[in-house]
Amino acid sequence: MNADRPAWEQASAERVVAPVQPRKLAKVPFVELADGRLQGVVSSGSDIERVYVSSITAGTLTINCSTNNNRPCGGLRGSACKHLHALRDEAVLQYGVDRVARYLRAEEGALLSGQPEAAPAAMVFSRFLRHLAYLELPESTVPIPEMHWFR
Amino acid sequence: MRMDAPSEGVEEALEVVAGFDEALTHGFARLAGDQLRDLAGALASTPLGQRAAEAAEKIAAGSVAEEHLTVLAGGRAALLGAVHDALLSQLDTAMGRRRAEYVAGEGRSAAGAGCRSWLAELAITGWKGVDHDLVSASAQPIEALLADPGMRRLAVLLDGLAAELSASCPVATMERLPRRRWADLWTRALLLSQGGWPEPAVEEVSGTLLILGVDVQEHGTAVQVQVHGVLDERLVRTSVTVAKVDTIVGLAVWPLLSGYPKLVRALAEQRAVEVRDLPLLGGGDLVWHEDRVMLKDPVDPFVTARVALAGAVAPAVPPLERHPVRIAEPVLVEGDLSGYAFDRLTPSGPITEDVLKGASACVGLMRWDGGQWTLQPLAVQKGKKKPHNAELALSPKAAKAGEAVTVLKERAGRLLRK
Repeated sequence: MNADRPAWEQASAERVVAPVQPRKLAKVPFVELADGRLQGVVSSGSDIERVYVSSITAGTLTINCSTNNNRPCGGLRGSACKHLHALRDEAVLQYGVDRVARYLRAEEGALLSGQPEAAPAAMVFSRFLRHLAYLELPESTVPIPEMHWFR
Repeated sequence: MRMDAPSEGVEEALEVVAGFDEALTHGFARLAGDQLRDLAGALASTPLGQRAAEAAEKIAAGSVAEEHLTVLAGGRAALLGAVHDALLSQLDTAMGRRRAEYVAGEGRSAAGAGCRSWLAELAITGWKGVDHDLVSASAQPIEALLADPGMRRLAVLLDGLAAELSASCPVATMERLPRRRWADLWTRALLLSQGGWPEPAVEEVSGTLLILGVDVQEHGTAVQVQVHGVLDERLVRTSVTVAKVDTIVGLAVWPLLSGYPKLVRALAEQRAVEVRDLPLLGGGDLVWHEDRVMLKDPVDPFVTARVALAGAVAPAVPPLERHPVRIAEPVLVEGDLSGYAFDRLTPSGPITEDVLKGASACVGLMRWDGGQWTLQPLAVQKGKKKPHNAELALSPKAAKAGEAVTVLKERAGRLLRK
């Protein structure tokens, strides 16, 4: 049925978005393609309380990395720091290189070829917190029939 | 099992629905009059008829009010409800299955008004006009709904829709659109947001629950495990829904159920369960309470299916849930399985296309989508092996996959409470 366009368009429970691939989350707990950027949160290698917010902007490929308190990353000097490399690598694991390259409108090999430019870290960090907050929601034993649309 | 052609009227009803979905694709701000009049026409002889005709005229004249959208959503749902009824009755006849009458309870569902203006905006704009800004506007109402346990159905539904729209932005550049699906989700969300729906009647039941298998339903931020079984000659379902994040997939969903150790063990080890005073809702939903159940000996689901399935009475479907996507009827098929189209294999279990090749029996769910009946496997028999969807729920592999949850919870613990 997948090859048949009208049938797919007339289906209720087809998958629209491919599920992301599982990956280890310790180093890069959060990666997303959103707000026109590949953005995410990278754990600091030295301080367990600290995280970095790293991003690559679609189209221009400009890069940014700072702490969640908005201090610039010391490793970001003209080229990508290790946090950005980790972000890219984990995004490729999570979404596949095709999807990442398509979103960033870049060649697969050139995802980190852009120049540093300031980008909003606070918003990414708050999206990460919102993401984590899902794990705090209570479970429910009341049926959710709407989940039949999902698979 | 032989299934004849769908009953009269099904194709015509779906044709009218397709017209409505087309209008929603381009947006009601554009020309949608013909399609909406067709919908109203199909409802002419029903109690909704007059209001649907008025709503179609108002929208065709360029005045799109929430009230009109709600009436038309109700009309679309009524048509698909009729399609659901026809399909289910066809299936019941083919299987010789008896079905209980629906009994409504006293309660009424709550309203979720916060998302209605977003849903109206979607309808006016149409899927093809959806961009990042429009999707972002859903974040705040969804967050508010998620925080309210009474609104979980609506919240989980909208969250799934918003994630798909976000990943598809800008929708105008998509080669093909899931028109039926998105219109389904939009319709149900708008109806749920009205509130006031009769809640099903509740009775308390006790007895031995024999489990047939488990259906795992998931999107990025929620997973529902829905267990199908037989309790005292009645078909029942019992469900647990847990919120999650998109990186928790496949086997990693099982450790999310750590608050329900008896349920998970019953599933993984295929044990019968002695239940005492569990609420059973009018739609056949048994509400699980860990402290009111006791695990018994393992019971082969193929034995349960052979012995208990044929005589079991199926539950009624609550009015608002009547939609073909909700059809998930337990069935046992044996012998040559090559005539069945398998669908909805869960990545949280061991049953793959390869496993299904050469299988000699299957306990599964009959489903219908896109004009076709399919079989969703819950357990299969292949030679001496009988893989089933929850087989790996307590495996070391699942525990390892579940470390993702531990890592994120640790991060959440450090960062959220600052």
